[in-house]
Amino acid sequence: MATTIRTVSLLPAFPFLTQLLFLLPIAAGLFGVLLPALGYLPDLGGDQFHFEVFRQLLEHPALLHAVWLTLFSGIAATFISLSLAILLAAMLSRASLSGNKNNKMASLFVIVRRGLIPLIAVPHAAMALGLAFLVAPSGWIVRWFSFLLMGWETPPEWVTVQDPFGLSLILGLVLKETPYLLLMILAALPQIRAQEYIRIGQSLGYGNLRSWLKLVLPQVYPLIRLPVFAVLAFSLSVVDVALILGPSTPPTLSVLILRWIDNPDLSFRFLASAGAVLLLLLTLGALLFWRVSEWLLLQKWRNWLSNGKRGNGNEAHKLAALSGLLLLGTAFLSVLGLAFWSLSLRWPYPHVLPQRWTSRNWERHWSSIQETSFTTLELGVIAVVIALILVVGCLENEQWRRVSFSFRSQWLLYLPLLIPQATFLLGIQILAVRLEMDGTFLLLVWSHLLFVLPYVFLTLADPWRNLDTRFPQIGQCLGASPLRVLFRIKLPLLLKPLLVAAAVGFAVSVSQYLPTLFAGGGRFATLTTEAVSYAAGADRRVIGVYGFLQALFPWIALLLALAIPRWRFRNRASLL
Amino acid sequence: MLKLENISLKIDGNPLFSKLNLEVNAGQVKTVMGPSGCGKSSLLAHLCGTLPSVFQTSGKIILHDKTLDDLPPHERKLGILFQDDLLFPHLSVGENLAFALPAKIRRHERHDKIEQALEEIELSGMHERDPASLSGGQRARVALMRTLLAQPEALLLDEPFSKLDQELRGRFRKLVFAHAVKNSLPTLLVTHDHADAQAAGGDIIAL
Repeated sequence: MATTIRTVSLLPAFPFLTQLLFLLPIAAGLFGVLLPALGYLPDLGGDQFHFEVFRQLLEHPALLHAVWLTLFSGIAATFISLSLAILLAAMLSRASLSGNKNNKMASLFVIVRRGLIPLIAVPHAAMALGLAFLVAPSGWIVRWFSFLLMGWETPPEWVTVQDPFGLSLILGLVLKETPYLLLMILAALPQIRAQEYIRIGQSLGYGNLRSWLKLVLPQVYPLIRLPVFAVLAFSLSVVDVALILGPSTPPTLSVLILRWIDNPDLSFRFLASAGAVLLLLLTLGALLFWRVSEWLLLQKWRNWLSNGKRGNGNEAHKLAALSGLLLLGTAFLSVLGLAFWSLSLRWPYPHVLPQRWTSRNWERHWSSIQETSFTTLELGVIAVVIALILVVGCLENEQWRRVSFSFRSQWLLYLPLLIPQATFLLGIQILAVRLEMDGTFLLLVWSHLLFVLPYVFLTLADPWRNLDTRFPQIGQCLGASPLRVLFRIKLPLLLKPLLVAAAVGFAVSVSQYLPTLFAGGGRFATLTTEAVSYAAGADRRVIGVYGFLQALFPWIALLLALAIPRWRFRNRASLL
Repeated sequence: MLKLENISLKIDGNPLFSKLNLEVNAGQVKTVMGPSGCGKSSLLAHLCGTLPSVFQTSGKIILHDKTLDDLPPHERKLGILFQDDLLFPHLSVGENLAFALPAKIRRHERHDKIEQALEEIELSGMHERDPASLSGGQRARVALMRTLLAQPEALLLDEPFSKLDQELRGRFRKLVFAHAVKNSLPTLLVTHDHADAQAAGGDIIAL
């Protein structure tokens, strides 16, 4: 008995520890960036509070354009991603409803659905690097056009990648955020019994799309609001994608901040801090703007819900199929392009395939590849293991103490995803330098954990809570202690969601650029930092090597997460 | 002997039942009857110690002169059978049985005990089988045997017959009661089915 009391009474430590791990660096980070923004940074001679830095910031010639570009690209990317995700979700739920497998459309949607998961695993940077080659004036798409139709001898003189309006940046973000939002919507659908509402709508004579928009969307939107906010905050503050695809003169605000930090003149740190505070304000402002727009839209939309217009059921069907396939095709070709480049010796314009293949690119960088791959793997695995322990502890606490939610609210979980990375990571770095903690592995793991943990929690929470509670109960009645129930019954029964959560967490860790750069103090090179730093150079072959590897790692993790339970439970029909 | 003294159950302040007194002797079966929602399953969960905290309880549970109320579920030695067999889907049939066997029983003996148990329920040679590949009747028998192998000191039955078809039902009922008698277990059955209550033979308490 004593041991039970001990193990169970240890459980409340988990949510406490988790919240501490979360709040401490965020609070410290905000603090650490606010002080220099107000002129206070004794190490660099700033020992008085004043608004001079902000005045400097506002007078900076590049600022206005950067702000405009940041807001435009961030909001547009979020809006387009959400619209596409809603359209695709409406069509996907139809495909699964009709159950008509012979239907050509239905099989297209099955392809889209299957293709989604690997697409989510591809890191932003790899996707952006691949996309940059795909849409460049001398890129793959133009080469195919030239080959099949027009015969352009020289690349057209368009500016596609890094265009001044940030259109390619928006495309790069849409490519990654649409599948993410789509998965979030699909995961929320069972909670509101969407299929039943669609059936009711259809029996009242509403077409599929209208049933979805009028009955399901109003119910599902509140459930995906936080993910939408996360996408908006991410799009506004993203650094790696903006470095690769965004315009450079002037760039978006987050890239501008990064440039100021990299400036050898250390006094630029004041400006960078003020910029980071401005970025936070912009993000909060954009979130508020989005929320108000939601409300205004609802006011206008309310009447539309009950105006009786039913639609014919097939509108937008083809549009959805087309956009789904375009999305998948673009993403797939982007990664394939990286693979081809990494194996090419010569691939000049206008050839659609490399003229000569080689493994030399890999061999030449082999020792650096090994080193960065190992750091990436080490970092991801440690962050994921810590995250899993904390999340399982929190979920167990929830069940043993029968607390309905171990986090004060879902908001806390989303906090690191809603505050711009550039803001609090810069603050953490400034503080870390002061505490002589900068560039330590501990700080690096911690910074990854901030982003890994929310995703691990969100992936694991539902399966954990939905496990039939009578299994652990009967285990206890058979004399098994809480620990034994956890290890012999719960964890094995939840093996698949556990591994999927681990793979998702690993993918998140692999894709982190700014945390690795800031918390690592530039001392740790991962596949992501290497890929992004090579992106500035022009050698597509090296970019191909690192970009492709970066995409490969999460894929392998995901593949393992799906294959291991299949193998382990090959003789257990009810778990396959 | 399993003894319930003045057991009351409330949910959010609303009483489900109050002052239930009951004594079940070794090898005896007593039945608690009532419609669904009257709290009979909650009563068994309370005995096991797995009742959610939204319930408020009072009274005393005594098993062989030992008060159970402050013991954690896994130290109460109460075997329970549910409507569903709840065989652990990730373990084989034999592993399901081995999970219940106390750890102090060592290797060879463990193996022998499980073979013996399988034989007893006419499932010899099914050690490695996937529980999902068994018939409903076979699964019910494995669930019974799993409960017994944990060496319980009393048996709780939460409508374990209600999902079986008519013919299986009679046979499984006989098997369960026979084992209860053979192991001299005080047995408490909760059900809403009169036929089950009659077959149990003992006193019937209406909730």
